[in-house]
Parts: sequence; structure tokens; C-alpha cells
Amino acid sequence: MNSVFVYCEIEEGAVADVSLELLTKGRTLASKLGVKLEAIALGSGLKDVEKQVFPYGVDVLWKGDDKRLAPYTTLPHTSVLVNLFKEEKPQIAFMGATSIGRDLGPRVSSALHSGLTADCTSLEIGDYEDAKTKQVYNNLLYQIRPAFGGNIVATIVNPECRPQMATVREGVMKKEIFNPSHQGEVKNIDVDRYVNADVDFVVKVIERHIEKSKINLKTAPIIVAGGYGVGSKENFNLLYELAEVLGGEVGASRAAVDAGFCEHERQIGQTGTTVRPKLYIACGISGQIQHTAGMEESAMVIAINTDSNAPINKFADYVITGDLNVVIPKMIQYYKKNSK
Amino acid sequence: MKGLKIVVLAKQVPDTRNVGKDAMKADGTVNRAALPAIFNPEDLNALEQALRIKDHNEGSTVHILTMGPGRAAEIIREAMFRGADGGYLLSDRAFAGSDTLATSYALSCALRNLSADLIICGRQAIDGDTAQVGPQVAEKLGLPQVTYAEEILACNEKQLTIRRRLERGIEVVTCPVPAVITVNGSAAPCRPRNARRVMKYKYAKATSEVQNADEDYISMINQRPYLKITEWSINDITCEAKDLGLSGSPTKVKTIENVVFQAKEAKVLEASDEAIDAMMKELIINHTIG
Repeated sequence: MNSVFVYCEIEEGAVADVSLELLTKGRTLASKLGVKLEAIALGSGLKDVEKQVFPYGVDVLWKGDDKRLAPYTTLPHTSVLVNLFKEEKPQIAFMGATSIGRDLGPRVSSALHSGLTADCTSLEIGDYEDAKTKQVYNNLLYQIRPAFGGNIVATIVNPECRPQMATVREGVMKKEIFNPSHQGEVKNIDVDRYVNADVDFVVKVIERHIEKSKINLKTAPIIVAGGYGVGSKENFNLLYELAEVLGGEVGASRAAVDAGFCEHERQIGQTGTTVRPKLYIACGISGQIQHTAGMEESAMVIAINTDSNAPINKFADYVITGDLNVVIPKMIQYYKKNSK
Repeated sequence: MKGLKIVVLAKQVPDTRNVGKDAMKADGTVNRAALPAIFNPEDLNALEQALRIKDHNEGSTVHILTMGPGRAAEIIREAMFRGADGGYLLSDRAFAGSDTLATSYALSCALRNLSADLIICGRQAIDGDTAQVGPQVAEKLGLPQVTYAEEILACNEKQLTIRRRLERGIEVVTCPVPAVITVNGSAAPCRPRNARRVMKYKYAKATSEVQNADEDYISMINQRPYLKITEWSINDITCEAKDLGLSGSPTKVKTIENVVFQAKEAKVLEASDEAIDAMMKELIINHTIG
């Protein structure tokens, strides 16, 4: 009862990174509240899931292993979660802010009449006093998130309704093993008891083409990112050259991706990935909030732009006002010269 | 073939995408009142999908349902200029302070008056960015949902075939009618205004817009009833007051902080060989690069 629950996304037997990141956060909060961390995995072929999640401090793993639950569709996953939550009464429930979490979360929270805050960037425990009723609530989940296009940061609470639900994007929290030999309990869910076979399977997946991720921006120590100012797909080759020489990875702003210069997988920002590299080199990126929200925690930033007033310059340690087609080759040249 | 009754849920939002110099106050915070009000971008994508279904299914109708203050009628007119048949403005002080749950509750109560075959909306609005209202409306009406729709590939009175755009690929699903569909920004852009429709509908107004109207306008409305945009208050829908507005919202805002730009201390360099040489030396010495 009263646990912290994390819904885990499974793709081909592997627990998604965003779920492991949430388990890490969930473990910290559960320990602070003195309650258990419980995980739910629904899908097919789940026999190795416990090995993947117990090291993150999961005390109970609820498994619903049923062919009808994979690939994900809304209604059966909703039915299982809603009925399980009605029985187990968690105080907090997390899921990734992915195409699954943002499809499932609101459906579950509506059914349980509980509050859901999407895309949280920070989660803490604290107290709250209702201004009108003067009632004090202790140990509530503070759900902190940007809003209004990133121009404000709001702290949201759910004083009365349970569970307090939040979704978080991949890469926002860090994943960390709690204890490699931590052992929890596995509880198998009798899927038939929770789903409504007459109505839950009406949406059918008839085709699915999902590519395995080839690029790992989150772990790259150096990122060379290009914006609309790069100008073309061909010009991006310069960035790939620089990245290769420095041992980094190439990223892009949404404008560059939308213009077709780069794959969506490389997008950094509010609707892309959040990164925290040692060095972020922003080339031809203007620096709108939607982009800087995804890289502002970089340890060091170099901004290369022909506009000396580009907003990105406020985030930079080095501002080079110039043409990236001139600057990048020089950076490559002087890197090679000085690193001998 | 009687066609499909389609309702597009749309929202009028402040344009948060391009916060220009005029909207920034001296202390570095945003002056929300200075931002122009626009048709939420993904709701326009949703409108286009709805209009395409109307094009291919004779007898179909497309209506907008929007919850907002009187000026939200502007987006109903905009939709009519582009091909919608009309719209409903749901407006009442009782909705003030609604979070997504209370909003979806109010919308679902209004939708119960409409018996739509298809409810289509944008995936999310650019002010809240939650993507919650669509699925919550679907849950309250007990309807199946398909989110992240990029294109409705086929549609008839019984079933839809939809391509979804997910993070690393696509999925094609079939879904029975009635259903709720939410549409991505990657879907086809909305068709532009049609000049004849602009001429026909430019005087369309909702009730609260007509308050101080003169007699000429009132007689025009009587002759051309299609110019009347239906406006509903809580008296026109069946709902419980406790589930509306602030009291119907499980989530409460504890604090709001403005994001203030604080510039870093930056070294500003020219694009010269000397400057870049020196910078690369520095970065190697302090082990930022290897």
C-alpha cells in the first residue's frame, strides 16, 4: 500500500532507459517516504525483466506477460493499470513522457480522477498549505515543469487525489544502479482478471517499423550541434568531421531537423533529447528556449553564429561571431596542431 | 451513405513559440498579455485531417468545439473560412482554473450533446504542452483513442486506418468508429482560407460577441442563420459543478517562477586563426577536449 510505482516500457525484452531513470528517482523518493518501490511491466516475453530492474532497488515487480499486451495499445494497458492501482493504492506513479506514457498516463489518471503532470523536469517531496482552506499537507510530490513555451517554471501538487502521477522525458533524470545484488519479489498479474476482452482489443496494430537507436546523444561527452544556420544537409558534413576529430557526436536543433538537414534522432531540445555533455558546440543555432532547455546544463558551450546577438550567446563560454564554414575547418586544423 | 459527424476540439492559445523583444519585460520575464492569440498549431493539423475525411465521405460535417472566453470564437470563424461547417463555443466563468481533468470533463459533457462519430484534436497545445486533454476526453466518453496520428489513411462509417508517427518509427493501426484521434505536428498542414468562405462567414459571431450589436446585424443573423456560432454555458450542458474549474482540478499550482535570462560571462572571439588557435589550446590544457 502507498508505494511509489513506476510503469516500465519494454521493447524487445529490454526495459527502456527512461523507465530505468524513473526507477532511480522512484527509489530515492520511496526511501525518503519510507515506502516500497514497485514496478509494472506489461507485454510479452518478459522473463528477464526482474534481472534488469532489481538492481535499481525495485522491491516488487508486477509482471503481466501476455501476447495480447504487445505491441502496446491503449485500452488493455489502461485496464490493467487502473485495476491494479485500485487494489494496491499507490501514492505516487511515474511513467516516461514517451508516445506510450503520454497516451497511457492521461487515460489512467482520468479513470482514477487523479492529477497528472506531464514532462516534469524535477520531482521532490515537500509540504503544501492550501491558501483557501488553510489545510496543511505533508510529504506531497512536487511536480516541477516548464510551461508557456519554457518561459515559466511551475511547481504542481495533487493534495487530495491519488495516485500523484507524473511523466518525465528520457534523459532528464539520471539512471543509477542502487545495489547490484538487491532482490525484490515478482508478482504475476492474471491479465484476464483485469482486462475487458470484449472492448479492450478493438484497436489493432497492422504494421510497425521501429528502428533501433543508432545514436546515443545522452552519453556523448562532446556534442557538435547544428541549427538552421548550417544551411543544408551537405554543410552538416563539416560538423560530422569536427565531431569525429574530437570524439563527439552530432546533434541538431528542431529547425535543422524540420528543414531536413538531419535525422530526428539527433534533435536536442524540449521535443528532442536533453543532453549534459562536457562540451557543446552550437553551430548556426539561434538559441530559442525550446532548444536551450535541452542543453543548458552542458559544462562548457561554444557558440558559433554570424549574429552577435543570437540568444544562444547568453549560454556560451566562448562566443565566436563568424561563418561556421570558416570557423569549423580552423577548429579542426588547430585541434590537430595542438594535440600532437 | 449518411457521412460522418466530426467534431474537432480546438484551442485558442497565446503564441509562445516566438517570444519576441516586445513580449519581454525589462526584468527578463514574459509579458503574456502581449502575446498574440492564435489557433493552436496541432489543432490546425487536426482540422485538415477532419476536412479530408469530409472530402472523401459524402454527407459528412465538421464542427469545432472550443472552450474559452468570448474571443475564442475567432478560431471557429477561422475554421469555417477553411472548410468547417460551424462550431460551438463553450464559455462560462465556472471553468476558470481548470486543469486538464476539469477541462476534459467540461468538453466531454458538451460532446454528449453532439453524438460525434469522430472527435479529432491536436496532440497538444503550445501553452500547456501536456497532451492530456485528448486521451482524457476519450476515457470519459468510453471511446477508443489513437494518439500521435500523422495521417488518416482510410476512413468509413465503421473503421479508420491511421498511420502513427512514434519516436523511432511508424505504426499503422485500425480503430473502430466512434473514436478520439489526436494529431501530430508532423501531419499535413491545414489548407488555407477559401476566399468564398471568407466572404460568406466573415460576419459569423457567437452570442457574447453580439452583445452590443446594432439592429442591422441582428436582422442579418435572422436572414442568414448559418452566421450564428452556437455558444453554450454550463446551463446548456449536463454537468456537476463540483467537477468544474478549480474544485474539479486535482492538480494545484503551488508556485510559478519566471525564467529569467542570466547571461554567462563569455569570451567573445573573432573568427581569426590566432583566436581559434588560442581557444583550442585552452580547451586541451583544461582537459575539455583530449
